Amino acid sequence: MTDTTVMLGRSIKHVTRSVDTIITVTITPIAMLLLFRYVFGGAIQAGTDNYTNYLMPGVLLIAIASGVSYTGFRLFSDMQSGIFERFHSMPITRSSVLWGHVLTSLVSNAISAAVIVLVGLGIGFRSSAGPLAWLAVIGILAVFTLALTWVAVIAGLNASTPDGAAAFSYPLVFLPFVSSAFVPTETMPGPVRAFAENQPVTSIVNTIRALLEQQPVGNDIWVALAWCAGVLVVAYGFAMLVYKRKIA
Amino acid sequence: MENAIEVKGLLKSYGKLEVLKGVDFSVGRGSIFALLGSNGAGKTTVVRILSTLLKPDGGTATVNGFEVQAEPAKVRGSISLTGQFAAVDEVLTGRENLILVGKLRRVGHPGQVADDLLTRFGLTDAGGRRVGTYSGGMRRRLDIAMSLIGNPPVIFLDEPTTGLDPEARLEVWKEIQELAGGGTTVLLTTQYLEEAEKLADRIAILHQGTIIVSGTLAELRAMLPPAQVEYVERQPTLEEIFLAIIGNGAQR
Ligand SMILES: Nc1ncnc2c1ncn2[C@@H]1O[C@H](COP(=O)(O)OP(=O)(O)OP(=O)(O)O)[C@@H](O)[C@H]1O
Ligand SMILES: [Mg+2]
Repeated sequence: MTDTTVMLGRSIKHVTRSVDTIITVTITPIAMLLLFRYVFGGAIQAGTDNYTNYLMPGVLLIAIASGVSYTGFRLFSDMQSGIFERFHSMPITRSSVLWGHVLTSLVSNAISAAVIVLVGLGIGFRSSAGPLAWLAVIGILAVFTLALTWVAVIAGLNASTPDGAAAFSYPLVFLPFVSSAFVPTETMPGPVRAFAENQPVTSIVNTIRALLEQQPVGNDIWVALAWCAGVLVVAYGFAMLVYKRKIA
Repeated sequence: MENAIEVKGLLKSYGKLEVLKGVDFSVGRGSIFALLGSNGAGKTTVVRILSTLLKPDGGTATVNGFEVQAEPAKVRGSISLTGQFAAVDEVLTGRENLILVGKLRRVGHPGQVADDLLTRFGLTDAGGRRVGTYSGGMRRRLDIAMSLIGNPPVIFLDEPTTGLDPEARLEVWKEIQELAGGGTTVLLTTQYLEEAEKLADRIAILHQGTIIVSGTLAELRAMLPPAQVEYVERQPTLEEIFLAIIGNGAQR
């Protein structure tokens, strides 16, 4: 545990000392928020009187999906620099080398999500949700972040170039666009709609939206949690397998 | 007394490339052992196996009484590695790098340990700067300093002085001698034969997958025909011994 804490402290310094990555991680989703709110929003019939509320969950997922790519990148840099081997020749819990990066991802994504929510409040995002509902929202976002972060670990461990370590996140960033994040799925043609309604982002977005609007979450929350937990377990298992092969 | 490092019949191949074909040597406690060999001879491979970073294909290696494959965690508790290429965190400052290792090794007062090492390695002025701005030699000195934290009984140094200026090299030599004087066992690899000559109690030459000779400098000297008729009689340098032996080995 202590080793992980030390590794977390180190990795957090990497985040706070590369201000450019913090800006990239928050600026793009914020730009998207503004774009949909002020440019496309007027033309979109989402059947809601507050489109900013409607947008919020999807924008947060986009921020996380792009944010985790830096975990892949930082892990890759560690392996390149030889510090990875130094850590592995030391009397420490070896997996703390990975957990430090994973926990850093949770912390940095929480910060960027908070910034995005603040900007959202500035342009009309409102929620009447109570503390429990907010806690549930934070919990779902945390599990989602953890799941994608372990995918990022796999990418970082296997990559042969820094770009390769981050590229896995491009399709993930795209997923919210083919979901209920920005427009109701009912407006999509058959096959696209089938995909949109059965991919994880839709159930996650619907759950968060329902929690924030104090609506019943129905089945969506279980589908959302099952997706996140499933990806988390599979990605974690696979990442550990790759990791053990890498370190002899 | 039991040896600090004991290597028997070590085998390692990368695919079809057989790098180690039965390497044997042992290193006594508190001594300095130099492993010599041409580029690609397999020195780094030996060091990585001994520091539990790489699994051998066969043979046994014992460090501080622990077998590297059976008890890797205990081996890691006994060693410290300075790899061939500096393993430092470029984003952190020099001082933060030292504190990081100090915390991971659970030393008391890591900040004080860090300041002490910065002074010993002439890095006090640079201690607060990011390592990304360091010169190659400064990085190397920091790298070695990081390996001294926690006083492990066995230290591996893979080409420790490559890229250092003469003054820094002398400084590192002094540190290595002090370590051995204090009872630490040092295994170093080097391309500078003068370094092995100056520091090592025993020297081994790794060539084409095996240790072709090992012994003290005097023993290695005795292997060469002594009669070199010159105006001034002199001892053959280790460099001459090395080249002569490698030459012989290649013709076998
Ligand atoms: N991961 C690897 N995959 C394939 N071949 C490797 C790998 N690591 C080392 N080798 C090969 O094994 C041989 C020995 O390498 P090693 O790094 O141990 O040599 P060395 O004696 O340390 O050389 P140098 O003096 O150049 O550092 C070389 O031919 C090298 O190309
Ligand atoms: Mg080498």
